[in-house]
Amino acid sequence: MGYIPITCEQREEMLRAVGVSSTRELFVDVPAEAVLDRDMDMPGPMSEMELATHLRELADANSPAGRMANFAGAGCYDHYVPSIVDHVLRKPEFFTAYTPYQPEVSQGTLQAIYEFQSMICELTGMEVANASMYDGATAMVEAAFMGARVTKRSKIVVSDAVHPQWLETLDTYATAGTVEVVRVPFESGVTVADGEAGLRAVVEGAAVVVIASPNYFGSLEDLELISGIAHDAGALLVVATNPMLLGVMEPPSSWGADIVVGEGQPLGNAMSLGGPAFGFFACTQKNIRQMPGRVVGRTVDVDGKDAFVLTFSTREQHIRRERATSNICSNQALCALAAAVYMSAVGRHGLADTARACVSKAHYLREQLLATGRFTSPWETPFGYEFALEYQGDVGEMQRAMLDRGILAGVDLSPVAPQLAAHVLFAVTERRTRAELDDFVREVVSL
Amino acid sequence: MSENTTHTPDVGPDRGPRGLIFEVGSDDARCVAPPELDVPAVDLGEILGTATRESLAQLPQVTEVEIARHYAHLASMNFGVDSGMYPLGSCTMKYNPRINEDAARLEGFAALHPAQPDDTVQGALELMVTLADALGEISGLPAVTLQPAAGAHGEYTGLMCFRAYHTAQGDPRSRVLIPDAAHGTNPATVAMCGYEVTTIPSDDKGRVDIAALREALDTDVAALMLTNPNTLGLFDDQILEITAAVHEVGALAYCDGANLNAIMGVTRPGDMGFDALHINLHKTFSTPHGGGGPGAGPVCVTSALGEFLPGPIPVKLEDGSYACKTPAQSIGRVRSFYGNFGVLVRAYAYIRALGGSGIKESAEQAVLSANYLKERLKDAFDLPFERICMHEFVLSGRRQKKEHGVRTLDMAKRLLDYGFHPPTVYFPLIVEESLMIEPTETEPLKDLDRFADAMIAIAEEAAVDPEMVKGAPYSTPVRRVDEARAVKQPDLRWSHGE
Repeated sequence: MGYIPITCEQREEMLRAVGVSSTRELFVDVPAEAVLDRDMDMPGPMSEMELATHLRELADANSPAGRMANFAGAGCYDHYVPSIVDHVLRKPEFFTAYTPYQPEVSQGTLQAIYEFQSMICELTGMEVANASMYDGATAMVEAAFMGARVTKRSKIVVSDAVHPQWLETLDTYATAGTVEVVRVPFESGVTVADGEAGLRAVVEGAAVVVIASPNYFGSLEDLELISGIAHDAGALLVVATNPMLLGVMEPPSSWGADIVVGEGQPLGNAMSLGGPAFGFFACTQKNIRQMPGRVVGRTVDVDGKDAFVLTFSTREQHIRRERATSNICSNQALCALAAAVYMSAVGRHGLADTARACVSKAHYLREQLLATGRFTSPWETPFGYEFALEYQGDVGEMQRAMLDRGILAGVDLSPVAPQLAAHVLFAVTERRTRAELDDFVREVVSL
Repeated sequence: MSENTTHTPDVGPDRGPRGLIFEVGSDDARCVAPPELDVPAVDLGEILGTATRESLAQLPQVTEVEIARHYAHLASMNFGVDSGMYPLGSCTMKYNPRINEDAARLEGFAALHPAQPDDTVQGALELMVTLADALGEISGLPAVTLQPAAGAHGEYTGLMCFRAYHTAQGDPRSRVLIPDAAHGTNPATVAMCGYEVTTIPSDDKGRVDIAALREALDTDVAALMLTNPNTLGLFDDQILEITAAVHEVGALAYCDGANLNAIMGVTRPGDMGFDALHINLHKTFSTPHGGGGPGAGPVCVTSALGEFLPGPIPVKLEDGSYACKTPAQSIGRVRSFYGNFGVLVRAYAYIRALGGSGIKESAEQAVLSANYLKERLKDAFDLPFERICMHEFVLSGRRQKKEHGVRTLDMAKRLLDYGFHPPTVYFPLIVEESLMIEPTETEPLKDLDRFADAMIAIAEEAAVDPEMVKGAPYSTPVRRVDEARAVKQPDLRWSHGE
């Protein structure tokens, strides 16, 4: 099976027009020693029907969390995606289009991105947003590096309570030697550095302070305190956050965040084993020239009609090359489109209602789990719809037993830090019914 | 404005932007809402304290039909591969098979959580292992990471592996060589990896100037980044000499895989002496571009460099089951989770559909189609490099500019009136008024001919009525836009109360 629409006869006609007798002659410039003189060692072609069967078999060899009572979050959340979202994504004019470099025939993509940017600004309270980054981790890394460019400093102070995979990504990017990363430890589920004075000392001379709220453990941080300390030191404040929770949570701009980033998956994107979704990136207007990624602006065409166009491109790699603000080219545009359709579908009231449902269900489950006596609370901090508890027993055994009952019982926190042995991170979205919550509690008790 | 009578569809008042989604609907409009709460509602103020949101984010409040109509109209203003030929050079805008789309949406893939235990995602891990093996075979570079989310992200991953390799050897280096015909992502990546860029000129045949390369190579050079076939669409026949020279000084050779579509099954970057390659699955392996993304940029490296790849890497164990491993000297993650898994599913479906033989046929047809178009267009435009090309070729509009004052940009815009997406223009930078044309193997002959006819007609129009061409396009939802105003009077978002 193939996707070549040229017939054998046409192929001969084309070879004649080019003046060669076989396609082999088209590769005369390939040195003989580099020519692959055998067939590739790969499976043979499949008919579409065989392929469809094969793909279904591979898919069926998985037990999708989406079909379970899923309490795993940790950066990827099991929210309901309204039907209209995928129907929009399946429009070929959107998904088969390239980056909208030709505005005359890309107004659909461009306007959709402009609206997406506007929605991210509304959610985060920031002045400008870009057209998307790869994911939350790379959005956070780019924000930290942008802070270094804006402040012309190189020290990045980051909380240990940020997602461990994001921290690892930041460490990878820091290996290039252009920045120095200083970690601030957490205690009782939130970021500290020996109290306020300790934090002030660490932040001294920093380019940015990077904090997540909610953090990896689901806890909300004291942004007012941290923002004050960051800004007193002349550092920018980067806040990573959960966009769903922003339906009911005050936007980070209220505490003076300079850059707000996060993983956009909760907004209308499938879990899909963690990708593709998108990272969102929002900042203040005055720093736009240091912002990474594409941005769409509204202008007019030669007839004076409203028109949208990619703008501020002189920041980008195709113009500025080694002096670009980032090397990012392909982003996650279609995932950002999904988010825009999602936010339109739930609306301002629906987003708040959904977030409130998540928060209510998470708090209900936490209470019920604590009441079993099988769990204890490691800390009492405000949280949204994700929280950690300490299990009085073997976490692996408990999770295995729950899996047999169709329950994905959270994420084991023990690999994160030694003091988190037997700690489990639970996320509860609006998709979980009270029956599922009560059932989970009953099953834990039955162990 | 000149009136154009041929190929101009009717222009109606509603074809351009009609209004924002924010301007539709009303506060009591509803599309979807969560079900009635079945647990006690929390008092948000009590739980969140000062972090409780005071006023709602001003998102749209619309009904489903309004969303459907809004996006139907936006879609009508877009041009995709399904709309017509999209010959963007170096972008490989091939057809996006529909079964790939269905595959990525199967519940057994789309509803997987990344923290699920390995034994509940065996099918996904098997898919990734088989895909990585296939990419290793196609590239001749057997160690593969699927984690990078895009081509530039792959470049970054590859160069960071090089950095780790040299550091592990106790031989850190500071410079990376890049030909002047390179994609902009290459130098931008080099800077992000903490290296300095040294630019290498091209020779009069469009190849790497090998004397200049040798002169630039020393033991402070970490790598050469090269696209082969290059951005002129030419296969550099000195490739073995180039990679040998790079290795002689202890540097490594990086291949930008943007143009891999030309050579699959014919020759392999690993056999050319490259140490690493990123593959744009959204170009070569038919996954859709999505209006800018998501793509995926897997990186294939030599066995020696495999120890430095980001983890986790899905592997097949001796007992036939699948698990994940992180290489001992890994550079660390370059993003969260496994990568753009849904894109990997699509590329896997494509590779299995074609098989090894179909993949090679695709490359051969892509090259034949490009050469066919080149033959048809070489008289109407200047052809700076008169050689057999690979999957794309570069024309110059300098004749039209010099003789009629019509620039390449004008002709590109005029193509829109004929119903084609323009080629890549003004890239590579080393060709004046360049038009870089990549038809791909999925263009029917009839469409190749129609495109060639349109280009030739436009070259004639440029001679006969240059002012008309300079005013193009006339038939699109909007016409040329005021880019300067977009920067001078930035309007980057809708605001409440507008």
